Amino acid sequence: MRWRYLRHIVRKYSKDNNRFHVGIVGAGPAGFYCAQQLLKTIPGCQIDIYEKLPVPFGLVRYGVAPDHPEVKNVINTFSKTASNEHVRFIGNVTLGRHITLAQLKHSYHAVVLAYGAEEDRKLNINGECLTNVVSATKFIGWYNGQPQNKNIKVDLNAEHAVIIGQGNVALDVARILLTPVDILRKTDITEYSLEALAKSKVKKVTLVGRRGPLQVAFTIKEFREMLKLPAVSTNFYEGQMNTIENVIGDLPRPRKRLMQLMYDASQKLESRGDKSFDILFYRTPISLLGSDKIEGIELAINRLEGDKAVITNEKYTLKCDLAFRSIGYRSIQADPDIPFNRASSIVPQSTGIYSVGWLSSGPIGVIVSTMSNAFQTASLIGKDFEKGLLSDNPKPGYSYISKILKDKDRITIDWNGWTKIDRVEIERGMKRGKPREKIVNVDEMLKIGGT
Amino acid sequence: MFLPVTVSKLVRGVYYNRHLISLSRIYLQNHQTKFQFVSIWKRFISTTQCVCHGEYEWQDPKSEAEIVHVNFVDKDGKCTEIKGKVGDNVLYLAHRHGIQMEGACEASLACTTCHCYIADNYLAKLPTAEEKEDDLLDLAPFLKENSRLGCQIILDKSLDGIEITLPAATRNFYVDGHTPKPH
Repeated sequence: MRWRYLRHIVRKYSKDNNRFHVGIVGAGPAGFYCAQQLLKTIPGCQIDIYEKLPVPFGLVRYGVAPDHPEVKNVINTFSKTASNEHVRFIGNVTLGRHITLAQLKHSYHAVVLAYGAEEDRKLNINGECLTNVVSATKFIGWYNGQPQNKNIKVDLNAEHAVIIGQGNVALDVARILLTPVDILRKTDITEYSLEALAKSKVKKVTLVGRRGPLQVAFTIKEFREMLKLPAVSTNFYEGQMNTIENVIGDLPRPRKRLMQLMYDASQKLESRGDKSFDILFYRTPISLLGSDKIEGIELAINRLEGDKAVITNEKYTLKCDLAFRSIGYRSIQADPDIPFNRASSIVPQSTGIYSVGWLSSGPIGVIVSTMSNAFQTASLIGKDFEKGLLSDNPKPGYSYISKILKDKDRITIDWNGWTKIDRVEIERGMKRGKPREKIVNVDEMLKIGGT
Repeated sequence: MFLPVTVSKLVRGVYYNRHLISLSRIYLQNHQTKFQFVSIWKRFISTTQCVCHGEYEWQDPKSEAEIVHVNFVDKDGKCTEIKGKVGDNVLYLAHRHGIQMEGACEASLACTTCHCYIADNYLAKLPTAEEKEDDLLDLAPFLKENSRLGCQIILDKSLDGIEITLPAATRNFYVDGHTPKPH
């Protein structure tokens, strides 16, 4: 036991070249929570956080809906972590393109992969490449100002939008489409998407799911927000909600409260305005119809066998002029050396190479699940460190990687650079009465904060 | 040159001590001796929200009468006794004393990172959770009958001796405990 503390003390007071170096890939919530905990479990360790984009915070910046500013308060905690003298932020560096896992392994005692799940799952049916069939992930990136999605094509000159999937991402898209633009003006939503949303003709949004009300993936807070939207009435299809009335009582509390709320909403028939939000259960999209632009979706009617949806022979067409797919995310293998599990698209833990967040657990759950996952991984690293499983030899840390980046003339952004960008964004936002106006151009970010 | 500096120092002094002022205001109100200047001060100091940023919890209790004992039990069962005071927010009190309670959304009711369990004999003494808190608790892993969010608990004298337990962490959990299959 005493050796353990002695080792900590030796590390803590030793010079830089004998420090315990950790490299984290991805500056989203998983990466920051892991860094925060590592500072506690291994005192005196040096943590370098790499990020593909010039700016930090990942899905907190680019995923959390603009009308949920409270959720973004977590940025304050992350900034505190990043300002620690032993934490370094390196933006604008991509694993697999500018640096390799082998180089990271050479430079760090432990490498933590926290790059999340950036790809969206496809439906793999006919017509997926028609105009106005949009990935919900990319749409969210578009209105949140994610540089790679700022130019996606979405024509909001459409009356009926269909969203395939019934999770919180689907509800986010529906809410943004149906919220009066004047409410969004006060958020940090990008100016170009505000302009597009102001011209939007969307009157009706339908959420389509393969299974029934008992299997919805969205959560009660998000659903309640839909019920409170001004001038939007929430509708269910006839006969689809009657079956759940008898089972509500036997459900565990979270499901029970959500089902009760959905059931009560289905019993209220009064119209609240000219816009509508419809929820359609037991349907599987068979093909997306249209010659150039989407005109409708062919749906098969499902039967539920246990918890599984089974397609029947009955089909019909739902007309629409805009469709989103929102059926989940998938992680990619950023570097060929990563021990990637192809079947489940996750990276299992191994000594020396760890994964946190969605890359480790799969793309599910809210911030508390990512936090607890990251804390656990950090304590696992701490245990491996104490057991002496991680190399005791001095490692070069960032000094080695920085040479590689310099050889490639790669412009990077440090924490100071980000604070400069942050300040410019807030200033620009103030002029428009918003909390910030995000910069969406990578070159512009680099100009302001690059070194 | 001299004057503006002094004025700014004065203003800053008042600003930094605004909690003391708001405290004295509460004190004055409780003791039925309202003075005229209270209403004047109210114009340039924040008298409500300051409690929510965690500075108030950093002040030590002024008197024995103010002290509220809180027992935190962490996920390994280790108990820490803390002397809080009337008006303290449990989340920020935990922060002050290094208890592992996160509070990612900074008490704005947008996350569940300060989820905790309240010992049964104290549960009834708390005001019932509002709808928003209940909605969030539904997302908390290991939800129990006595689950609450720490950021919504404000200490008062009736809570003296309250026992607050932190939930165990876990891997791969989902909203209501089931493991979803990919679409």
